[in-house]
Amino acid sequence: MAIRSFFVPFLLFGLYFYSSLSPVLSLYEDQVGLMDWHQQYIGKVKQAVFSTQKTGRRRVIVSTEENVIASLDLRHGEIFWRHLLGSDDVIDGIDIGLGKYVITLSSGGSILRSWNLPDGQMVWESYLQGPKHSKSFLLVPTNLKIEKDSVIVVFSNGRLHAVSCIDGEVLWKKDFEAESFEVQQVIKPPGSDLIYVVGFAASSQFEMYQINGRNGELLKHESTTFSSGFLGEVSLVSSETVVALDSTGSILLTISFQNGEISFQQTPISNLYEHFSGPAIIIPSSVPGIFAIKTNAITIFIRVIGEGMLEVAEKTNHETAISDSLPLSEGQQAFALIQHAGSEIHLAVKLAHDWDGNLLKESIKMNQQRGLVHKVFINNYIRTDKSHGFRVLIVMEDHSLLLLQQGTIVWSREDGLASIIDVTTSELPVERDGVSVAKVEHNLFEWLKGHMLKLKGTLMLASPEDVALIQSMRLKSSEKSKMTRDHNGFRKLLIVLTRAGKLFALHTGDGHIVWSHLLRSLHKSEPCQSPIGLNLYQWQVPHHHAMDENPSVLVVSRCGPSSDAPGVLSFIDTYTGNELSSLSLAHAVAQVIPLPYTDSTEQRLHLLIDSDKHAHLYPKTSEALSIFKREFSNIYWYSVEGHNGIIKGHALKYECTGKVADEFCFDTRELWSVVFPSESEKIIATVTRKLNEVVHTQAKVIADQDVMYKYISKNLLFVVTVAPKGCGEIGSVTPEESWLVAYLIDTVTGRILHRVTHHGAQGPVHAVFSENWVVYHYFNLRAHRYELSVIELYDQSRADNKDVWKLVLGKHNLTSPISLFSRPEVITKSQSYFFTHSVKAIAVTSTAKGITSKQLLIGTIGDQVLALDKRFLDPRRSVNPTQAEKEEGIIPLTDSLPIIPQSYVTHALRVEGLRGIITVPAKLESTTLVFAHGVDLFFTQLAPSRTYDSLTEDFNYALLLITIVALVAAIFVTWRLSERKELQEKWR
Amino acid sequence: MEKGKGVMGSGRRWAVDFSDNSTAPFSRDIPNPLGFTRASVDQDDSTVSRQKKDAESNWKAQKAWEVAQAPFKNLLMMGFMMWMAGNTVHLFSIGITFSALWQPISALQGVGKVFEPYKDSKVELLGPKLLFIALYLGGLALGVWKLNTLGLLPTHASDWVSSLPPAQEVEYSGGGIPL
Repeated sequence: MAIRSFFVPFLLFGLYFYSSLSPVLSLYEDQVGLMDWHQQYIGKVKQAVFSTQKTGRRRVIVSTEENVIASLDLRHGEIFWRHLLGSDDVIDGIDIGLGKYVITLSSGGSILRSWNLPDGQMVWESYLQGPKHSKSFLLVPTNLKIEKDSVIVVFSNGRLHAVSCIDGEVLWKKDFEAESFEVQQVIKPPGSDLIYVVGFAASSQFEMYQINGRNGELLKHESTTFSSGFLGEVSLVSSETVVALDSTGSILLTISFQNGEISFQQTPISNLYEHFSGPAIIIPSSVPGIFAIKTNAITIFIRVIGEGMLEVAEKTNHETAISDSLPLSEGQQAFALIQHAGSEIHLAVKLAHDWDGNLLKESIKMNQQRGLVHKVFINNYIRTDKSHGFRVLIVMEDHSLLLLQQGTIVWSREDGLASIIDVTTSELPVERDGVSVAKVEHNLFEWLKGHMLKLKGTLMLASPEDVALIQSMRLKSSEKSKMTRDHNGFRKLLIVLTRAGKLFALHTGDGHIVWSHLLRSLHKSEPCQSPIGLNLYQWQVPHHHAMDENPSVLVVSRCGPSSDAPGVLSFIDTYTGNELSSLSLAHAVAQVIPLPYTDSTEQRLHLLIDSDKHAHLYPKTSEALSIFKREFSNIYWYSVEGHNGIIKGHALKYECTGKVADEFCFDTRELWSVVFPSESEKIIATVTRKLNEVVHTQAKVIADQDVMYKYISKNLLFVVTVAPKGCGEIGSVTPEESWLVAYLIDTVTGRILHRVTHHGAQGPVHAVFSENWVVYHYFNLRAHRYELSVIELYDQSRADNKDVWKLVLGKHNLTSPISLFSRPEVITKSQSYFFTHSVKAIAVTSTAKGITSKQLLIGTIGDQVLALDKRFLDPRRSVNPTQAEKEEGIIPLTDSLPIIPQSYVTHALRVEGLRGIITVPAKLESTTLVFAHGVDLFFTQLAPSRTYDSLTEDFNYALLLITIVALVAAIFVTWRLSERKELQEKWR
Repeated sequence: MEKGKGVMGSGRRWAVDFSDNSTAPFSRDIPNPLGFTRASVDQDDSTVSRQKKDAESNWKAQKAWEVAQAPFKNLLMMGFMMWMAGNTVHLFSIGITFSALWQPISALQGVGKVFEPYKDSKVELLGPKLLFIALYLGGLALGVWKLNTLGLLPTHASDWVSSLPPAQEVEYSGGGIPL
């Protein structure tokens, strides 16, 4: 009896325990936004078209370099709708047709689409083919009509098309098949049905075609030869005049083709500007009567007066940007001009024929971290007093988009964040007296109010408004966005390098920008013409000693696209965003190898390999050098030469000889090379383990208490090669011609540990390497499905360590350091599964100690992130697992991997244009932080084995508290009662 | 007690002493009646009491053996429970196992107390005690065996290597595709 009563509560508790272990990790509706945030961007704006019709007056349609077409709200800069076209479908031009359709031309002028302006639904799509590749132009003339059909004129692929605006039907087409003809402009003069197509042929001939816009009939074809040829683009100065530069870039040519007659007018630039030297370039613009050229940092605005006469309107050495013209009433054309002057920008709106007068002149203070103005788009509105007001959309150097109106910045969008190159993380400052956190703290009243509301919520007394308030309070909890480190390590800084060369620090709590910094070293300068940011590395992560130092990151960049361009290093303080220092290197940067050693100030040693295979050690201090010298003989490096299919391993030799006698420079020698036969294999993917990954144990306990020892090595490279024929798109080869070979190579010795061939498989391959396993994704041509394969590596040479007494007494050498030159006995286990999705990126969760089980994070083609338990990719899965294996947690084998809708990490959201997934361990072992970036950003916290080490967010503290209080009260009351009763007993 | 004391404190009027002085030696005041020898009575008395004592010690010994055998039933019960609990680790089986371990330990600690009532100079308690201890040790062994079948005893290599960190590698290599 006693035993039974003892076990009943246990049984109940056990049942509860089991029910709470359901495998699905999903989210309740009201938990959305508590741990995660999502930001939408569009990228650097290429072209903007303002909607003029009444319905869409407050909208602007933009196309961007990230291949996004979006409709933005002019009042707040929010996105009404947005479409991301594929990366092979680059947008060439956008316009608005009939006031209600957005027309886009993309894919090198071969796809023309029409979208509904209010909601962004696609109306029609047309494929435009042509005889040859050419520049493409999109014109939407307002007054050209064919049988009441509004017409879109498209020049693409060497063919001129007239397309109906209503249904996308091609009304007529005209080929320009002349072999060398290069189209430069397609002009539709207002007020006539003529279309001019002008261009160069054979580099010295100017050609002009006059075409009837109604039926595509060629009316006239003229050509003139200009002996010294042409350079670059032409600028349109009127509907029948263009300006071009000769091939030396020093003579301006005014080409007029009025009434079909071509006439040239030559003006040497030195006549206009006496200090002229060196070639000039034409800044593309389309303001009637005015064009701009740029020579040596000086911008010259030139007016065209009358019969090809040129006159300098203004010279300026400030950075300048000019907009296209905007037709105002009565045939007037306005344009906007922006000049930089110190920390301000000057905006001027002028009429095209009146350079000296200004319709508008404003000075606006501009954040220096935004850099220069790259593009200007102008729009007008009618004020209440019938005068014209202007608003100007500007695109800055950091890819941000700003709307200026009435001398202020109405809104700004940080669209640089749409093109992230690299991400790293940094800790926040420790909470101290000196660190100000007061800003985000509430006052006492608010605090009390919040707690009252919460109490109401838990007691179910809250009204719907209160519930909404509670929810918004939960979402905007100040705890999340504090600028100090938290106990669980959830608050961190995401340091993000964008393509524009700007560094952002995003707070993981709510995604706000803590600081942003346009790298000075990535500015154009004399020695460094076109700098490109490459990568971010954690330079200094102070923790044990050197706590007073701020952490810093290293930004590696390069002057110019070629691999032997000199490198630039910048060191950025991650707390403040200040550039601590920057180094212009004398050598190129081919590879950056962070070494597993740090100096006394916790600066990590980095080895930079230049294009001549010299290794350079940074930081250049004697301490670093002494640390490096100590480990000198144990440091190796390898290079993967994808173009010729060779992987080479190198060792360090001795100090550099020759030109630079530098004690931090080392020669290297080749140790080994793996040469893949070029006729049968081509490298398409290489993956290594993450450098900072923590592995908890080397043993894997399997069913029946058996042990398998994992082969864990940081020096492993996973390489995938495919048949050269199979490099193309999926389905371009037959299964017999295509194969995929996966290798696991030891990068110290060059030993191939494992090799497996998948016949009839094709890339692209996405892979992830963690601990002792690698998972890769490819296409199976025979099954017409995608597959995920897993390879696990085990160390057979350790398998004999099974004597319990030896292990108890510690008489084993399982943890003693090992050399890779001792021959490992590696056995592999592998398995393949079908997988429904095609994949954009694969990552794996990482936790602080590596104890928590792992999940694969798969970026699907639908721009979502799917969490898949590693247990599904266990090569020991079998169709009928034994009882012991079932207890171990082995799932019965199925041919395809399940996709559980609840396990989408991104729940209902999409990370448009997903490119990368980064996982960072939190301090709490169960939790990992996930950051997915593409055009959008998404951040969340994941607990692959649930939060076993902390109470969940929805834990009912109030209930616990109430229970405790009630119990204490009950104890007190019963104690008093018993006391009284006893007294009465005594009196009886 | 206090009540009684209070009443007694108010004054004692009279008292009767019922104490039996029959065995007390009256040798000094009153001589023994003729033909009465105290010794014979004493002897008689002692034979009776000895008989009595023998019966009691017999009874005690019997009882002690009974007590010593009592855990056997317990053992069977425990075995049955363990069999019922199964071999998977969950709260029920862990609870049973730990109670199976705890019960013998606590019983063994209190061996002296259990046999206190049967303590007698004439009763041989070593045998029952040994049986008792043996039975409970058997119970303990059963518990340990159960613990082992549950896999909670570190008797396998896997129990000692499961948190062994990976071995350090002497060499380090980095690199990859050129930037």
